[in-house]
Amino acid sequence: MHLALFFIFGGLAVLAALNLLLQRHPINSALSLVVVMMSLAVLYWSLGAEFLAAAQIIVYSGAVMVLFVFVIMLLNAGEEERTRGSKIASIAGFPGAAAIFCLLSFVFLSEGHKLGLSHLGGSLDEASSNISQISSLLFTDLLLPFEVTSVLILVAILGAVVLAKKER
Amino acid sequence: MPTSVEDLINPGVDDVIADSKLHGNIDPAQDQTMVLNMGPQHPSTHGVLRVVLEVDGESVVALAPDIGYLHTGIEKTCEAKFYQQVVPLTDRIDYLCPMTNNLTYCLAVEKLLQLEIPERAQYLRVLLNELTRLNSHLVWLGTHAMDIGALTVFLYCFREREEILRIFEMVAGQRMMTSYFRIGGLSMEPPIDFYDRVRNFLKIMPEKIAEYENLLTGNPIWMGRLKDVGHLSAADAIALGVTGPPLRASGVDWDLRRDMPYSGYEKFKFDVPVSQVGDVWARYEVRMKEMYESVKIATQALEGLPDGRITADAPKIILPDREQMKTQMESLIHHFKIVTEGFAVPAGQVYQGVESPRGEMGYFVVSDGTAKPFRVHMRNPSFATLQALETMCKGRLLADVVAVIGSIDIVLGEIDR
Amino acid sequence: MHLSDFQLFVLITIIKIAVVLVITLTAVAYTVLLERKVIGRIQNRWGPSRVGPFGLLQPLADGIKLFLKEDLMPMSVERPLFVAAPVIALACALVSVAVVPFGQTFKIRGVDIFEVSNVNIGLLVILGITSIGVYGIALSGWSSNNKYSLMGSLRASSQVISYELALGLSLVGVVLRAGSLNLRDIVNSQIGHGFLSWNFFGGLQFVGFFIYIMAAYAETNRAPFDLPEAESELVAGYHTEYSSMKFAMFFMAEYANMLTVSCVATLLFFGGASSPFEGWIPAFGPTWLQAILPIFWFVAKVFSFLFLYIWVRATLPRFRYDQLMSFGWKFLLPLAMANILATSLVMALRS
Repeated sequence: MHLALFFIFGGLAVLAALNLLLQRHPINSALSLVVVMMSLAVLYWSLGAEFLAAAQIIVYSGAVMVLFVFVIMLLNAGEEERTRGSKIASIAGFPGAAAIFCLLSFVFLSEGHKLGLSHLGGSLDEASSNISQISSLLFTDLLLPFEVTSVLILVAILGAVVLAKKER
Repeated sequence: MPTSVEDLINPGVDDVIADSKLHGNIDPAQDQTMVLNMGPQHPSTHGVLRVVLEVDGESVVALAPDIGYLHTGIEKTCEAKFYQQVVPLTDRIDYLCPMTNNLTYCLAVEKLLQLEIPERAQYLRVLLNELTRLNSHLVWLGTHAMDIGALTVFLYCFREREEILRIFEMVAGQRMMTSYFRIGGLSMEPPIDFYDRVRNFLKIMPEKIAEYENLLTGNPIWMGRLKDVGHLSAADAIALGVTGPPLRASGVDWDLRRDMPYSGYEKFKFDVPVSQVGDVWARYEVRMKEMYESVKIATQALEGLPDGRITADAPKIILPDREQMKTQMESLIHHFKIVTEGFAVPAGQVYQGVESPRGEMGYFVVSDGTAKPFRVHMRNPSFATLQALETMCKGRLLADVVAVIGSIDIVLGEIDR
Repeated sequence: MHLSDFQLFVLITIIKIAVVLVITLTAVAYTVLLERKVIGRIQNRWGPSRVGPFGLLQPLADGIKLFLKEDLMPMSVERPLFVAAPVIALACALVSVAVVPFGQTFKIRGVDIFEVSNVNIGLLVILGITSIGVYGIALSGWSSNNKYSLMGSLRASSQVISYELALGLSLVGVVLRAGSLNLRDIVNSQIGHGFLSWNFFGGLQFVGFFIYIMAAYAETNRAPFDLPEAESELVAGYHTEYSSMKFAMFFMAEYANMLTVSCVATLLFFGGASSPFEGWIPAFGPTWLQAILPIFWFVAKVFSFLFLYIWVRATLPRFRYDQLMSFGWKFLLPLAMANILATSLVMALRS
């Protein structure tokens, strides 16, 4: 069953990602991105990373993408137009994307054992969850990066406030 | 040249708002605002008011009320009617205070005729007028509270209003379009149990007002929505012709009942509530206090009600009793003449102002000496108060517009006439 | 006929889903009737009383009416999104019920029958699904191509995003006490001394509860936070252009959300399906009664929260947009953080 879930949602993620690129209207693209995020969340879940799955949905689909949609609605952005610049981007983009894809596949296939493995069909219904593991890791070994990231976000918030104040 | 249907129909309103906004050719980069059309079909415009708003997000940049959707041509119709036939028309101008309209018109014509109204009729007129004020303020409070989102107050207010309407039905046979006052007095003597019913009502009413205040006055959300919203300075209020509770809420101590008494108001003791603040809250407070004062005046009128006639002694103007009409030749002739030809009113012009629940309600009547008025013009409080809308709402939030419209208590019937 | 464990699991799960769905939809319909009845009595009137005894068939009549109405589709709407929006809203509202345990653990052939799915991050699932529900509102307003709808949906989205923070943080105290995100575990952590061991009383989480209930009212767009559909300002807000079943779906979504919120409040702060006298009065009666009784307590608690919802709606005026925002960000959020600090401090000192 987990394999079936993997193929369904993996395929969905790829399709939605393609749709995101092909759609002309920003709101459709944004919604495709939401579908990608949610499919990814299901994949995380089936790999046993249920906290990551929930965070993916709550943070990315539920907050970040809502803000995207919100901004698109506010600006009332219309359809994209095809310009010369975008043609150049497509000429340069396809080989570039292909190169990155090849590189990543090579790295994952050859160095996969160093990254560690996970099994399909993780702990969906088991009583234990991996939240305590994550949190102990975050607050012991990874404390410094964690705190630095929070400071970074704080700086970003302050920057946003400054920019918003300037408008007035 | 008109560029749209909108322009052809109603050029004036759209001029207020930047033309480019309404008729296309907007540069998307500069497009910061949106034109929002509130009404004429909208839940909180109290009838068929249309307000065109230019909003930037939620805050109002510009605003223009558009009136005329309820135009009935009453002023013009008055010129084709006999003087006594105008009375039922006056009910329909401000359908929330019919008695006040009746009274103003009757007082104006009586001034032209120089009629002496008996004291009993005067007292009853005062009594019914204060009940009308309560009636109108109850509707105001209910709708105002509903606009802010407090649904229940509305039905509590209508519960007491229902009792007032039943009292009106007792005296006039009609709940809303009463037409009870006549030129020269009242149409008929109130029924016997009228007095008990009014007495009971006046006894319970202060408790009921306290009940509404209980639901609203101390409520933090209610205070937050009303305080510091829709300021109107005394100078602005006077310049814009605002009268009544909004004027008194802006700190001008002016009440026609006390300062230019009519219909025997000088004989009653009452306070005129005034507030110095001038925001929506002040208007709320002033009206709530006025309701207590109305109960006081009505109680005085009921307790001090003198005996006597209810009509002036003027057989050529006032219809005789049915009894007399059928037994006495002279009465029959009067009746016939009044009904078929009306009565001539001496040439001249007169203005009579009355403190209606909404402010100064005035009737300007011009007579050319015939039995039909040459011109009847109404000075309506809502019309002037509506002018102040932009002053009060500019730069505020959309939700404040609703609060302000509720607080000025307009009736579209009297604005459009 | 012999079924394998997996087949049995699938079969029972499908039956559970069907039963829960039917019960939820019925509960939604009768919550509407309850609201109309209760508000009616609060406002000195009868409420619906014509269809069936005490108006009990009114939801049926409403349903038939909404089914038979013409489904208007305005010309300039963004069609696919206009159709998808109510589906998203209703689906999200109904899915959250899946992780709610209705009764105490009661297993038939190894399958828990009083909960559709016992997920170990049940609370996060509910929060996540609620946050997805915003799309229904946001898209409906945008695709309607109507200014009032757009403003309603902008209000709703920003309101839901803002209050989600306070909502999530208000629950952290409870999660800290239970040490788990599993709803069953959270309920079980409140068992022992009757109502005194509930998080609200024994756990001293009443601050958390009040933050939760206020944030939840805002999340579900209910009075006094019903600005997105404030009829005196925005006509009907984001669903102005909707009619017939599409409108009904928004309507049902609103009430289903109310139900979910009440369920979560019951589970997290009021001991879920446990009786208030549990631990003091020994269990009595046959097994089926012991299985059913917790459901009774659960329903009673949810019902009282629904009643509170209705009561509040009949009493309070509506906030203004800026007041709503400052209330959420400047009052509820810091208070929720203070609650987390205090709870963790107390727990650290005790251990």
